[in-house]
Amino acid sequence: MTSQRTVAARKVLSSLFVGACALSVIVALVPLAFILFFVVSQGFQSLTLDFFLNDPRPVGEAGGGMRNAIVGTLMLTGLAATIAVPIGVLSGVYLSEYRGTRFASVVRFAADTLNGVPSIVIGVFAYGVAVLPFKHFSALAGGLALGIMMIPIIARTTEELLLLVPNALREGALALGATRARAVATVIVPAALPGIITGIVLALARVAGETAPLLFTSFNNRFFSSSFTEPISSVTVQLFTYAISPYEDWHRQAWAGALVLVTIVLVCSVAARLATARLTQLREQ
Amino acid sequence: MRSRDLGFRLGVGLFAAALVLIVAAIGYELTRQSWLSIRQFGLDFWRTSTWDPVAGEFGALPFIWGTLYSSLLALAISTPVALGIAVFISELSPPRLRTPLIFITELLAAIPSIVYGLWGIFVLVPFVRLLETSMPDALREFPLLSGPPLGVGMLSAGLILAVMVVPFTSAVAREVLKTVPLAQREAAYALGATRFEAIRAAMFYARTGIVGAIMLGFGRALGETMAVTMVIGNNPQVAASLFAPQHTMSAVIANEFTEAADALYLAALVEIGLVLFIITLLVNGLSRGLIWTMGRQQPSRTAA
Repeated sequence: MTSQRTVAARKVLSSLFVGACALSVIVALVPLAFILFFVVSQGFQSLTLDFFLNDPRPVGEAGGGMRNAIVGTLMLTGLAATIAVPIGVLSGVYLSEYRGTRFASVVRFAADTLNGVPSIVIGVFAYGVAVLPFKHFSALAGGLALGIMMIPIIARTTEELLLLVPNALREGALALGATRARAVATVIVPAALPGIITGIVLALARVAGETAPLLFTSFNNRFFSSSFTEPISSVTVQLFTYAISPYEDWHRQAWAGALVLVTIVLVCSVAARLATARLTQLREQ
Repeated sequence: MRSRDLGFRLGVGLFAAALVLIVAAIGYELTRQSWLSIRQFGLDFWRTSTWDPVAGEFGALPFIWGTLYSSLLALAISTPVALGIAVFISELSPPRLRTPLIFITELLAAIPSIVYGLWGIFVLVPFVRLLETSMPDALREFPLLSGPPLGVGMLSAGLILAVMVVPFTSAVAREVLKTVPLAQREAAYALGATRFEAIRAAMFYARTGIVGAIMLGFGRALGETMAVTMVIGNNPQVAASLFAPQHTMSAVIANEFTEAADALYLAALVEIGLVLFIITLLVNGLSRGLIWTMGRQQPSRTAA
């Protein structure tokens, strides 16, 4: 069919296609620019020192903040990391050290499956195992939900980065008589450590922005709490409450919360990007 | 020394096994918690559309309808854009632009869902409402465009989901295009093909993987919760109109879970979660299978 078209027509069609592809890049950038613009411009107005230092105040009283929610998010992500880092990194070690085994492919499949499970479903699961038996919402349940989400991300990044470590290093350590455990702990993991830490930071940034799995695990708390067994506030759940509320002042605080979240995500992504760029540079030398 | 290596292998293997256990535990726990509802309603749960917790009537058809509708709508909007981006970055872009473009599209995936939702409520929904009110009346005759102009509804949900899905689809499509041998393109050019014809040949070569990339985006859209629940209107009805406020599976869990006072209500919500779990499992598994046949080893770790 194309052969029947004239060369000129084919060239025009081709240029149109190239133009359409370039256009789609712009189409995707427009919402990104819009979102960043609104978050920064709206959030910046409301981001005062009070926002970080005060707990929420009753509607109508000025000067309320998200101190409790910020502490809550830090505690929840800390808890998540405590659960996910050992399991994630060690599974990653297994996946790369025993990559050819059948069990490794089963684990890899499980990790990818878990990575695709909607976060709300993980929330339902955490509710079943960590809220129902104790009959109340708790920071622990929220941390568990976030931790489960982090595990597959950390496992797969760790695996990928360990595979990048030159085989000669591994063989050298083993040839010197090191056990597999020793080679991993003193040679292979240290060589990939900056990358693994980058992966952990990215996973943390991702779960810090999660809302759905926290709605009915850590729930929410209008008051400051630092207890693991009590319901606890988080920036995301607080943001949700404020966003769907009818109050102008709460909307402003929601935008400020969004700015804080986006800043964290941006800083982490840029840092990770720079770190991986340096890593690949080192490898190519 | 051998036995010590065995100990190490078992040790790290135990942690790896935890991953498999978690997935199994999720399936088991969701089934257990929803058993009451499964026993009581059977398949009728998915065929009826009355959702009346007070009367104890639970029909989940509107939710599965809303989830499929919003995800397919998002797919229809995002697929051309995502594929265009993938082609542009992997085939057309000047090499210097490539890394920044990849970074920027990854940022779209990194923005938290709740921030999309906040933006949706205060910027996108008013915009969509304006679009709906300024539409000529003659168009309102179409079932697809009928109903009052509320702003919140299927169209807003589809649009916001589309933006969220683009980075996933385009990242995988880009990787898939990378696996097309250079000789393919060279052969096309040697035969006098234009750029479009050469790229079309490459995309045809990579079609399995591209379908996989689109399905991966579909899987993401199915499970997305916060942004959707904030703009879709949360009204359980089976409606064809783009303007109608509707509901999704994930949104109903997010909204009603803490209110579910009696055991049957809770079980019904968990059953929705269980089915969402199974659907995403199937969609992601199928997508991974398709991408894997394209010869890639690690398809799922994209833009995560």
